[in-house]
This record gives sequence, structure tokens and C-alpha cells, in this order.
Amino acid sequence: MGTRKSRPRLAVWKFASCDGCQLTLLDCEDELLSLAAEVEIAYFLEASSAPGPGPYDLSLVEGSITTPDDAARIRHVREVSKHLVTIGACATAGGVQALRDFADVREFASVVYARPEYIATLATSTPISANVPVDFELRGCPIDRRQLLEVITAFLAGRRPVVPSHSVCVECKLRGNVCVLVAHGTPCLGPVTQAGCGALCPAFNRGCYGCFGPADTTNSRALNAKLRVLGMSDPELVRVYRTFNATEEQFVQASEEAGG
Amino acid sequence: MDIVVIGSLEPLVVALQTAGYTVVGPTVKDVAVRMAEISSAADLPADVGDTQRPGNYRLTERGDGMVFGFAASPDSAKRFTQPPRQTLARMRGRTFEEPREEAPRVALLGLRACDLAAIAVQDRVFLGRHPDPAYRRRREALFLIAVNCAVPGGTCFCVSMGTGPKATTGFDLALTELAAPHRFTVEIGSDRGAQIAAAIPHRPATPDDLAAAEEVSRVAATRMGRRVDTEDIQRWLPAAHDSPRWADVASRCLSCTNCTMVCPTCFCSTVEDGTGLTGDVAERTERWDSCFSLAFTELSGQPPVRSSALARYRQWLTHKFATWYDQFGTSGCVGCGRCITWCPTGIDVTEELAALRGGTEGTSCIR
Repeated sequence: MGTRKSRPRLAVWKFASCDGCQLTLLDCEDELLSLAAEVEIAYFLEASSAPGPGPYDLSLVEGSITTPDDAARIRHVREVSKHLVTIGACATAGGVQALRDFADVREFASVVYARPEYIATLATSTPISANVPVDFELRGCPIDRRQLLEVITAFLAGRRPVVPSHSVCVECKLRGNVCVLVAHGTPCLGPVTQAGCGALCPAFNRGCYGCFGPADTTNSRALNAKLRVLGMSDPELVRVYRTFNATEEQFVQASEEAGG
Repeated sequence: MDIVVIGSLEPLVVALQTAGYTVVGPTVKDVAVRMAEISSAADLPADVGDTQRPGNYRLTERGDGMVFGFAASPDSAKRFTQPPRQTLARMRGRTFEEPREEAPRVALLGLRACDLAAIAVQDRVFLGRHPDPAYRRRREALFLIAVNCAVPGGTCFCVSMGTGPKATTGFDLALTELAAPHRFTVEIGSDRGAQIAAAIPHRPATPDDLAAAEEVSRVAATRMGRRVDTEDIQRWLPAAHDSPRWADVASRCLSCTNCTMVCPTCFCSTVEDGTGLTGDVAERTERWDSCFSLAFTELSGQPPVRSSALARYRQWLTHKFATWYDQFGTSGCVGCGRCITWCPTGIDVTEELAALRGGTEGTSCIR
């Protein structure tokens, strides 16, 4: 495309999270140089300690909102960002730290910290979309490298990203995986989980852990019935739905159906 | 048509390789029989059997040395006739390209009569009124070696659908595996089949060989795990549009798409448009899709046409067993039973059809 006057400016933000999704951007080793030629990576503390000032054309936001400070900071990020894309289960669904929503966070703090009164935290862990308007949500714990590149590429081209919302089962069949649930009796959340990982776990004969959250159409009552036939107890069912995407509505229903 | 007898499959594999074919046959991988490239007959799954029930597939040990002693594998020929993904078109700058995708010369060894029937159904779809040249190239590059089914699975119903268990047409070679001594009858179905057969050591079949082969298919026909009453199905199935059974089956359906993905005739696909990072290359890709995905009936700015699992299941079953005739002059089902075995919740099309026909409203359970 030759040289451009100015490239779109990219920022990467971290809230309550483990950094794994930001690392996915750095993991784009083969494409990182081409990406850096297309966008100006203006703010990315994980990669560079030299933050560039806003505004930004595209902000990638990792992490959930768990503190009063972060609740204010995300509003600032929204203000300085033309487009805001959440990356990962924390930013999109509250993450594993949203398990606090099902318990008393003050009780947790009293057990974990010597001086819990120093801890300023919210009672819930909320996704970014519960705090500010979001342009696109990229699922996964962590996100998938190819999907991240697809979202950035789609942003550059001004088109809708190709991020299907169907089940992991489709990806298993595309990839040629045998169904671990049917052939091995291995419990698997694939039929109710959104694709995106490339059916990674079933490719290694493991059941799906639901990292990408619920698919666009789910029937967890029917899946739970099958998982019980395979020997899972109701407490175990509650546990598998309450991991990285515990507060997603369909997974909440699925765990409640199992008595959670 | 002459039928000959061979004592070993190795010369056949070698002859196919010599003729430039990649030989793909049944192998055991991930505790299932999978169609994969084999380098010699020793790669075939000796002693392996299977049990198939709704939502359940397990391998068993036979102990008799037979190498085709199992029913339908999760893989059909579809992956070879219609790959899961293929590039349809590319824009490079202002240049439009239609990439000519490779049509690999593949010999599929171990296809069953139901698989051949499924290929014939796909031929009607892809070579009918709107021929697909890429499909034609792939199809012509395939060498088809059937093996007459000796042990139908618990979910099989090819007899009901009139497609098996004996392969009668659509193959280059058709084998029947016989025991004591271990040998194969070879029926020749095409000129190129005859050339391969001529290139390997063989002897004429004796009346005993022929009788033994006939007996294999006769016994297999009596061992169907399932049956469907297809009489007048084109009339009564669409007429069951308002049956309460649809809500019952929808309560068990995951909309996961597994039935359609393992179905050897389901051909639905979608297209995905992508661009490169630098924006100077755009690509259109076709990939397998399913009438069970919500996005499949999404229209611009509208909710999906079939937004409920009920509507999607009814559409699939009615099309497969009834309206397929209107569209392609044949049933869409070949009775292989894959959709029953590989449905995670064990939905059984034969049971659903029986209930729909009988107006039965009994609820079945998840297996």
C-alpha cells in the first residue's frame, strides 16, 4: 500500500486479568512486524514502557472491572478510543475472578489478606460492556491468536470480523477430531461452547472446558443430562460452568439447572 | 462380470501406489476407526470391531484377524469429495483469481455400500443442474474400492433405504472379506478397476468363494440395528409439520451440528470473506456449515429464519427424508446411521420418524 501519512493508532489496556490475552498479541511473531507496519502501537505497557498519548483509533481492552479506580479508568479509555474491542474472558464476561459474584468478596479478603481493610475492591467483577459501550467482544481464555489478527485486520479494512458464534463441535469436525464425548465417554462442553480455539482440547483427546463462553444457541439442560449419564455429579456440573465465563447468562442457567 | 480372488491386500495397495494414488483406508486413531493414508496393508485395523449405539461408539477386539470387521467409521468420503474448507476466489489488488484447487489422486479403500450411495447423492447435488467443476475434478481423481459390509452396526439401516449392505454400483473395485482361509473376492466395476486387478496376483473365484461372499451380504442384511418405514414418506413427513414430537426432539437437540457434519450427504456450506493485514489481498473461502447453526439462516438486518431448535430439527429431518426427493430425485439419507451414533445426546432419526408417523408422543431419554 506504500507509505501512509498516518497509521491507525493502537492501544492495549489491562484491567483485572492475568496478561495472557495481551501476550497473545506478542505471540503473533510472524505477523507482528507487518502489523506494526500497518498500525502505530502507541500504548502497550506489556511491550513498551514508552506510552504514547491518546486519542487512539483502536483500543484492545483486557481484564474485568473489579475496583472503583478501574471503573473510572475504563471510562477514560472509552473517551480516548474511537473503537474499543474487549479481548478475553475477563473483559468479555468478568473472568474467573467473577466467581466472587457467587460469594462474599469481603470474606475472601479476610482470609487472604493480613490487613483486608487496605483492599479497595468491588463486590462483583464485571465485563467491560457492563461499564462502557463496546464495539466488539473477542472471546477466549486466552484469546486465539488467529482470531485476534482477524479482528485487527477487519478493523483496518472496515469490515465485520469473521468470528463465528457456533459451537466448538463445528471446529472439531472441520479439523477432523473424533468426538471425545461419543467415542471415549469424555465429558465435554463443546456442544454449548462458542468456537474460536480451533477445537484445541478435543484434538488432544480432552473435553472442552468452555473457555470461549456459550455458543449462540445452547441447550445445556440436554447436555447436562448426557454429562450425568457419563457420571458427572451435580456439584461437578456446577463447577465446570463456573470457570472463566461463569456469569454468562447461558452458563448461569446451566449451573443453576444442576442445582448451583 | 468376472470375480477374482486375492489372498492379500498388500499387492493391491502397492499397485494403487504405483498407479499414482495415495491410498486412504481405515486405521485406528484416537480409539476410533478413522480414514487415513496407509503405506501398506499392515496399517489396516486387524482384529478391530466396534459397537455403535445412539450417542455411543466403542472399539472392540474381534480376535479373528479380519481387517474390515467394523461398521461405518465417523469418516465418510465427504472429506474427500467436499473438503471442509476451500478457497473460492481471491482479489489481488484489482486482479480477480479463481484458484484451481488441487484434486489429489486418492484411492479410498474400505467404502461401504452406504458410502457409495452417499457419493451418488452428492453427484446429483454437485454435478446436476449446476455442476461444480472443482467437485468434478476431485471426484474424477478418486479411485473407489468398496468392501461389502459384513457386520452392520447397531445404528445401521441401509436395507430400509435400499442402499446396502452389498455394493452393486459406483465402485472401481468391490471386495468381500472371507475367512478360513483369509482372502478377498474382488469384483471389477470399471476399466481402471480392471487394470489394477490385472496388475496383482489373483485366481478365478470358485463357486465356493462366490457362495461365501453372497452369504456375507445375506447375513449382513439380516443384522440391521435399525429400520425406517419409507413408504409414502414424501407425503406424511411434511404433513407432520405440526406434530408435538418436534418440541420433544428439540428438547434433546443440542444444535451442535454433529449429525450434519458426519452425514455423508449433508453438503451445506457458507462463505467467509477475509482480507490480509495489508489490505491488498481479499479471499473468499467456502467452509462446511450446517442448517443447525443459528447463523445459517441469518439475513441482513433480520433475525434468523429458523431461530428455534424445533424449526431447525424439523427442517433437517424433513429435508433429508422427504423434500430431498423433490429437489434431487432421491432420498438424502443412505442409512449409514452416523447421525445416530455421533449425536452426543443420542437422538435416533429412526425413532423420531416412527414417532412422527405413528403420532406417538412418548418422550425418550438421553443416552
